[in-house]
Amino acid sequence: MTARAVEPWAIAPVDAFVHEVQARLVLVMTPAGQVLAQWGFARAVDVMSAAALAAGIVASTGEIARLLAQRPFAVLNHEGERTGVFLGSFPTGRGPLVALVVYPLDASSVGIVQLFFEQLAADLQEASPKEPATKQVLAADFERELADSLNALFGR
Amino acid sequence: MNGYGAVLERITRVPGVRGAMLVSVRDGLMVSDQLVEGLKGAAVAALAASLAQRVSRALAAAGAGAPAFWHLHASDGGILAVTAPEDLLVVAITAPDVNAGLVRLELLRAAEAVA
Repeated sequence: MTARAVEPWAIAPVDAFVHEVQARLVLVMTPAGQVLAQWGFARAVDVMSAAALAAGIVASTGEIARLLAQRPFAVLNHEGERTGVFLGSFPTGRGPLVALVVYPLDASSVGIVQLFFEQLAADLQEASPKEPATKQVLAADFERELADSLNALFGR
Repeated sequence: MNGYGAVLERITRVPGVRGAMLVSVRDGLMVSDQLVEGLKGAAVAALAASLAQRVSRALAAAGAGAPAFWHLHASDGGILAVTAPEDLLVVAITAPDVNAGLVRLELLRAAEAVA
């Protein structure tokens, strides 16, 4: 299985990251929730839900940081009984991106995820086009754009 | 320096030891460290903890019990590690010509001290 991406330059870095970390799920997206690449998701509805929830976490923790007069949190990690959830942001030529990683605790650890997340961020930064995406998604085109993105993310 | 720092400092007094650290095996994160500048402690901690988990599983599968000590010897140096209570690992990063027996002894003392 390989990563699926709306823009192909994101595939190799995500594949390498998944291999090193043994991640269960990976989502690379903008802080607003627009998905760029995914690995491990079987259904479009799960991608949309995870992206929306991750964007909500980024927005709410960013606001907490603002209230505390701090810079936004770079990394958030939650460890459950068997699974960890890691959320980290990083800059690229296409603007800031966020990676959501779900990893099994019996095969990986937050230390491993953190270590290879730095590599993922560097690889995506290097691979990304240097000019920001200028195309604006208009409300009228939103549904078609979303459908196109999901088709790309699931290889349809 | 915290209490763990003093324990680790004893290990670094052995000639040829470049650094010592206490690592949480489950998280792969450093709890405390005494490292020379330039060593990538976080990377060593994450990978050593991952290795410790895999070695544990391999030994358990072989019916050999839990690992107590392991030593990786490479051309330019080595890593020695001893398991400690509370799911911790005491790790030493060494030069290739270090007295491994002495380092092992200090690692075992450190593991006892953190218990």
